Amino acid sequence: MSRILVIAEHDGSTLNASIAKTVACAAQIENAEIDILVLADTAAPIAAEAASLASVSRVLTIESAANAHSLAALLAPQIVAAAQNYTHVFGPSTTFGKDLMPRVAALLGVNQISDIMSVAGSHEFKRPIYAGNVVVTLRAPADAIVVATVRTASYKAVETGNSAPIESITVDADLPTHTRFVEAQAGSSDRPDLQTATSVVAGGRALGSIDNFDLIYSLADKLGAGVGASRAAVDAGYVANELQVGQTGKIIAPDLYIAVGISGAIQHVTGIKDAGTIVAINKDEEAPIFEIADIGLAGDLFTIVPELTEAL
Amino acid sequence: MDKILVGLKRVVDYNVRVRVKSDGSGVETDGVKMSINPFDEIALEEALRIKESGGANEVIVVSIGTSEAQQQLRTGLAMGADRAILIATDDAPDVLSCARALLEIVNRETPDLVIVGKQAIDDDNAQTGQMLAALWGRPQATCASNIELDGDKAIVTREIDIGTEKIEVDLPAVVTADLRLNEPRYVKLPDIMKAKKKPLDEIAFAELGVDSGPQIAHSSYEPPEGRAKGVMVDNVQDLVTALKDRGLL
Repeated sequence: MSRILVIAEHDGSTLNASIAKTVACAAQIENAEIDILVLADTAAPIAAEAASLASVSRVLTIESAANAHSLAALLAPQIVAAAQNYTHVFGPSTTFGKDLMPRVAALLGVNQISDIMSVAGSHEFKRPIYAGNVVVTLRAPADAIVVATVRTASYKAVETGNSAPIESITVDADLPTHTRFVEAQAGSSDRPDLQTATSVVAGGRALGSIDNFDLIYSLADKLGAGVGASRAAVDAGYVANELQVGQTGKIIAPDLYIAVGISGAIQHVTGIKDAGTIVAINKDEEAPIFEIADIGLAGDLFTIVPELTEAL
Repeated sequence: MDKILVGLKRVVDYNVRVRVKSDGSGVETDGVKMSINPFDEIALEEALRIKESGGANEVIVVSIGTSEAQQQLRTGLAMGADRAILIATDDAPDVLSCARALLEIVNRETPDLVIVGKQAIDDDNAQTGQMLAALWGRPQATCASNIELDGDKAIVTREIDIGTEKIEVDLPAVVTADLRLNEPRYVKLPDIMKAKKKPLDEIAFAELGVDSGPQIAHSSYEPPEGRAKGVMVDNVQDLVTALKDRGLL
């Protein structure tokens, strides 16, 4: 039997949506018992959400002021102590999980598997490399703990409605003082979150300016969609970094993705290829984005996008 | 500070569209253009800027790989690094083994700061910096978009999913470079000539006594499932109709 510990990502009060997808991946492993570990300052509201997720056996909490901010250097030794009786430790492949899980793996003396996209067995997984151009099958040694991150865009969230027991635990771990939280600046937006939105409208370099990006916002608002951007648009300063979609940004899987003025470099495409329907609007008929789009419309975005916004 | 150590990985160039070998045993790299991993180039640029502003005395570049990785180290020297170390191996050590090898170099060189790219664009693992920091027992600041040095501390701005975050770390520490930390300089011809005279030491990976630990086997490589080619529509009205037909509006 596999015993899987999923590390909860949260913002101090709510569970991150990536965790229900990480649990969905863990649940693909046959005959697995899945526990969620919540490390927080105040764990109760987060633990309650975690306990509601289907397939979860238990929720464990470690409450400490040191866990008020998710600092990998402080969390990792606690996770190592809590993971002793587990065969697997999973985290989401978000900036939280990518920061934390390699540190956990190194302390446990094992390699880490990044971005699981499918489960072939308790110790056999597939993951993308080369910006998703290649899929590799990995087999982890059966006699060592498996530490991994889960490519959440590959999984649908498990259902809620469960009421798994919640247990407070304590661990014996030395916490370093060499790393301190200063401040966080969240991008201000009342639009749907890019990673969980059912529809996303994204703009590329062809928008040409910060002001022109308003076209994207107007269309997104009409659709109730989240907003994304290509690396080129972020580099040009049209939008903030957290909106970047692709190999080095966010990997997303909305039902509808509308790419506006995005040429479709492989590094961008890897971030959207699990989307339900991809729509591309680009003036260059030869743009690679049309090779993967379900619906393409070649033409001037400055005419098409306002017309589309109007037509909805 | 005295020394900054920068990790440079030799990878298939950003612009190459990689192909899986026909027998599924790996990725075709014969005759393919190789470069410094772009994130490592950003890491080096940051180290050089710190040195040039008087914040450090020496920048050392280190790579793990075959003798061909000397090319990338020479490029690093041409960018402005003072010396280079190649940890030579014909194998492809896993990330934990690489982190352990880098720790050996860290123990010999005792740098005040280690900067590496946040991920390599070949295996997309994004692990080396964090693993080195863990083994070294030192702070990590991943996905850095700004580094502010303040005596024996650094305040690092990190790019995270919700926006940005600042953390303060005591030095020595490991920082991993994100895209917007800086724009790396172009190498000039005279610098390439000068770089040929800079020291490049080679150490055999095997000499470092690294315990390779439990190995993850790479059993097969395959191309991803493609998306079926879609349809082109002529105008906005047809686009709206197509979206409605799919139940998306």
